[in-house]
Parts: sequence; C-alpha cells; structure tokens
Amino acid sequence: MKRWLMVLPLALFLLMAVFLYRGLYLNPSELPSAMIGKPFPEFTLPSVQGDKTLTRADLLGKPALVNVWGTWCISCRVEHPVLNKLAQNGVVIYGVNYKDVNADALKWLAEFHNPYQLDIRDEDGSLGLNLGVYGAPETFFIDAKGMIRDKFIGVIDEQVWREKLAAKYQALVDEAKP
Amino acid sequence: MKRWLAAAVLGLSLVGVAQAAIDTYEFANDGERERFRELTKELRCPKCQNQDIADSNAPIAADLRKEIFRMLGEGKDNQQIIDFMVDRYGEFVRYNPALSSKTALLWFGPAGLLLGGFVIIAVIVRRRRVQRTAAPDTLSVEERQRLDQLLDKTKHD
Repeated sequence: MKRWLMVLPLALFLLMAVFLYRGLYLNPSELPSAMIGKPFPEFTLPSVQGDKTLTRADLLGKPALVNVWGTWCISCRVEHPVLNKLAQNGVVIYGVNYKDVNADALKWLAEFHNPYQLDIRDEDGSLGLNLGVYGAPETFFIDAKGMIRDKFIGVIDEQVWREKLAAKYQALVDEAKP
Repeated sequence: MKRWLAAAVLGLSLVGVAQAAIDTYEFANDGERERFRELTKELRCPKCQNQDIADSNAPIAADLRKEIFRMLGEGKDNQQIIDFMVDRYGEFVRYNPALSSKTALLWFGPAGLLLGGFVIIAVIVRRRRVQRTAAPDTLSVEERQRLDQLLDKTKHD
C-alpha cells in the first residue's frame, strides 16, 4: 500500500488541530473595523458641556484618540482613570458621549474628571452609527487630517496602552511633525 | 393529562413571542414591509454575533432596524442599504457575503469538499471492481498446481 496515504489522516488531523488551537485565542467579538483608512464622518452635534456646536473640522489639526463612551457603559468606568492619566501626559482625547442622557454625562465628568478636550453629544447615536460603533468603549485613532487610522474595541487599560496602543499613537504624532 | 397538554400548548405559544423583537413601523405598502423583513433577516447584528437584526433585542439592532426603515422611506434600494451597512460595519454584517478572494473558500469550500469525497469514493469503487474482476485469474500455473496438491492432501487425510 502507498505509505503516504496512511499518513494523510494524521496530517489532516494536525492541520485541523493547528487551526482550532489558534481559534482558542481569537476574540470573536472583535470585528475588523470597516472604517480604518476612511475619513472621520461629517457631523454637526452639540457639545456635552456648554452650548457649542461641534463639527468634524474641530477634530482636525492634531492626531488624537476619539473615545466613544456612555454613563450606561460599565467598562467605561474602568477605562476612565486610564484616560485621565493619558490626558495628563499630553495625549489628545476627544469624547463621543454615545446614546446617553446629558445630565448623567455632566455628573460623570464632574465626578470622575474630564479627560476630553472636546466632548461630542451624540444622544441619538447618529455619529456612532456612521462610525460603525456597536458597543462602548470603542476608541478610534485619527491623524491630523481626520483620517481614521486605527480602532481599539474594549477597555484601554495601562497594559494595553503600553504594549499595543502607545506606539500607534506615537507614530501618528511623529507623522504630524514637519 | 389535559392540564399538561394545556400547559404545553400555552408554553409553545409563548416561544414565538419571546423570539422576535417587536417594533411598530408603519410601512407605505406591502412591498416595503416585505423588503424590510428580507433586509433585517439578511443583516447580522454586529454586537450579538449570531443573530440577525430582525431577531435581536440589542439596542444596536434596534438602531439598525430604525435606520433601514428610514432608508426604505427615502426610496433607497436593497443594494444601497446593504452597502451602507457594509461601509460601516464591514462584510461581517452580511449573512450572504459578496464573492471575493477572501470569501471564496466560504462559497466554494463545501462544494469542493463534497466533490473531493465523490472522487475518493469513485477511486475506491473502481479499485475494488478491478480487484474483483481480476481475482479469478490471478493464480499462476505454479500456484494452481500447489493448490491442487494441497487440496488432494486434505482429501487423502
């Protein structure tokens, strides 16, 4: 009998095993964002604090993080101190208060400190929809020209920032320097 | 017994109620209602992964249903609505993904495996048939003589 035919089932089994093993460590709830490489969507929305009207043009000029949050989002509370620390260290962060009650958002910012240079009030979720947001927290990385360059889904903790995201942000900052 | 039966019927009748998300939308005509049903069945909820947005109670699914209803009202066709969703949420939201180099394996993989199975069966069947037809004549002259000897021997024993 042909020897190689006898090895075939074992080879197939090993191939399957490799794929399934890899699958164990993938996170199925992390979707690749369709928005990466596209310009940040146009919007005209009020701000959370004060009665300013914000548009896409307000986000341009500096590379920044755009953090989608809400007071209803429990993991946003976990993330918030980390964002505060980043803001203190000079990271530009804009907020999108997504499908929230504005009074709650104001209370939250007063209580936990405000890391956002601008905070967009997206009460009906229209900007969130155009951003392809499907939960919170989600954080977009935009460059100085307002292109979405990367997206992180889930809580940014110090480890994630150090190991994954700091380098991405730094690359955008370096790129913006003349 | 009768009581059990009544309980079972009642329980089963609740199943349908529990599964479908309920919205109240006023459609302009039946065609639009039908298209809404089709689209919400074909699009997948980005948050809940294995539900279509017609079935899901997640807030994002409700938003997307509202958005589809709005776009239907604006007279957009199905393709435009699907493109709108894919632009934002990626190919993931389609239960019926477009054919591309990335999805080719999904589209043709099962048929390919089936075809492979048929080829293997065909090869096995043919090999057996060849063996069977060849079998009566496979003994050489010496082998036949030896067989006769052995048969004779057993007869004499």
